[in-house]
Amino acid sequence: MNRIEKVFKKLKAQNEKAFIPYIMAGDPSLDKTKEIVLMFEECGADIVELGVPFTDPLADGPTIQRAAERALKNGVTLKKVIALVKDLRQKTKIPLVLMTYYNPVFKYGEERFIADAKDAGVDGVIIPDLPPDEAGKFTRLAKNAALASIFLLAPTSTDERIKKVASASTGFIYYVSITGITGAQLLLDDSIEKSIKGIRKISDKPVAVGFGISTPDEAKAVAGVSDGVIIGSAIVKKAQASSDKEFRGFLLTLREVIK
Amino acid sequence: MKKGYFGQYGGRFVPETLMPALIELEQAYLKYRKDKDFQKELAHLQKTYIGRPTSLYFAKRFTEHLGGAKVYLKREDLAHTGAHKINNALGQTLLAKRIGKKRIIAETGAGQHGVATATGAALIGLECDVYMGTQDMKRQALNVFRMRLLGARVLEVAVGSQTLKDAINESLRDWTTNVGTTHYVLGTVFGPHPFPSMVRDFQSIIGKEAKKQILQAEGRLPDYLVACVGGGSNAMGLFHEFLDDEIKMVGVEAGGKGIETGEHAARFAGGSVGVFQGCKTYLLQDDDGNILGTHSVSAGLDYAAVGPEHPFLKDMGRVEYTYATDDEALAAFELLSRKEGIIPALESAHAVAEAIKLAPKLSKDKIIIVNLSGRGDKDVQHVANIKGIEL
Repeated sequence: MNRIEKVFKKLKAQNEKAFIPYIMAGDPSLDKTKEIVLMFEECGADIVELGVPFTDPLADGPTIQRAAERALKNGVTLKKVIALVKDLRQKTKIPLVLMTYYNPVFKYGEERFIADAKDAGVDGVIIPDLPPDEAGKFTRLAKNAALASIFLLAPTSTDERIKKVASASTGFIYYVSITGITGAQLLLDDSIEKSIKGIRKISDKPVAVGFGISTPDEAKAVAGVSDGVIIGSAIVKKAQASSDKEFRGFLLTLREVIK
Repeated sequence: MKKGYFGQYGGRFVPETLMPALIELEQAYLKYRKDKDFQKELAHLQKTYIGRPTSLYFAKRFTEHLGGAKVYLKREDLAHTGAHKINNALGQTLLAKRIGKKRIIAETGAGQHGVATATGAALIGLECDVYMGTQDMKRQALNVFRMRLLGARVLEVAVGSQTLKDAINESLRDWTTNVGTTHYVLGTVFGPHPFPSMVRDFQSIIGKEAKKQILQAEGRLPDYLVACVGGGSNAMGLFHEFLDDEIKMVGVEAGGKGIETGEHAARFAGGSVGVFQGCKTYLLQDDDGNILGTHSVSAGLDYAAVGPEHPFLKDMGRVEYTYATDDEALAAFELLSRKEGIIPALESAHAVAEAIKLAPKLSKDKIIIVNLSGRGDKDVQHVANIKGIEL
């Protein structure tokens, strides 16, 4: 069982929910990212999502687009993000998931990427523009390496899609809470709960929810109906605009309400 | 061949949110391509609204000037709105209406596809938003105003390189957000399946007409087909009907300031295989898989990737790909204007530039068809600027 599965198993036994913060690697520097990941852990994060910068992040809203642009300006590449994970593994055992677009992985070479990521201590990979329909080889390689391949479901997904995505996903299923891009306005009604119930009828894998969750109230509501909450744009914004103390306070508040 | 693929190229690399819409679109497209009412409506509009068939014109003075093969021009510049883009835009707009969408969106580089989509929206009665990079809005100010006249909103894309690729990203983001009500009229044979096949089919009328017309004019098929390749829709539109015939085909990419300068958009001369904006294809990328900036004097060719059927045809050796530089395209733009009274779009001028190189090497009994994909009125201001002339 890989570290991600262990985390969800433990949380389930304790009737708790996963807090999964996201940060763009290399924004504003790889050293700062390292500090932030360690701060995430101190503040009680269960899993950390590390963004890999890409020139054309078509699933992302303006906040993460700009973070990627800053990281790219700093010369951050997939290779450097893998090296960062290796470095982080000297200090922490927290599950680390890479969120990257497919072309950097394709260019790196799928076999080599999986081997290097595994070797560095990466636990899972999310590739928003690689649906399971196109991921046959990737899923197979990841499975052999016990690396979680986390696929996405959306409000538009049909039962047939849910079956396909759920069966290809390992670690957890990433439910996209809005029909839209990261950081957009979340609509808090009963639709998320209904969708997750729909997923649960088909799969017993953990479901974490992300995209558009920006306030503690929203995080609390989403935690109530899922197995975990992923917060990206709001954290990226906060990391950039506030002092370490304020930032830590924000993380602790989120941790507090996600249960 | 795997569904949605051309050999190893193509596919459907998009976020999950869009997958159901693409599956729905594919099913609708497969249904309506065989639907008699739909085809009848489309054919009627092609004839009465677009003005098809566009003529196949023997460029006599241009041919004499070059002193070799006979050059025919397939006059897509005479189609309503001034380019081949309307063939696809109108087809997709009709389809969007049939599948119950209230709003259409499009990306545009040179502005021709944006104008064509805005036109389709006005004709059919749909709401229309067009994404366009800041750089392109400057280069193609006339087309921006045309779109607004037609009732479309033009939304400026000020991120990334502020050109066509960024306009496509924004269109995909919009579509992801509004997929329930909106159809994305992708402008070329690119993106996730079914767009590359669907757009090619809507454009293939170019080659069907050209084949009939050349048989009528010359009693035989041509020896060469030449077309410029940005995303590659006018080229696929001309080539498709002739793929099984023994004819040489040449696709002309944007050589920009020269391949060695790195400032170009020649994916075959300077790129490699990757996955971008929904499909696996050839693209200009760095060693880490990030997409490189491109340059071309023509906004419509200034793009980092190419439609996935093109690398398939290249690998098979069916189509040869070359490039023309900015300077060669500008020279062709002027030469065709003077010899024939036809001002070509700067995109099409790349194909004309190839004909200028090719025709003199061939004997006078050979025949070349050049796809004159669009007219150059939109480029007049830009060319004047390049020449340092104030209008």
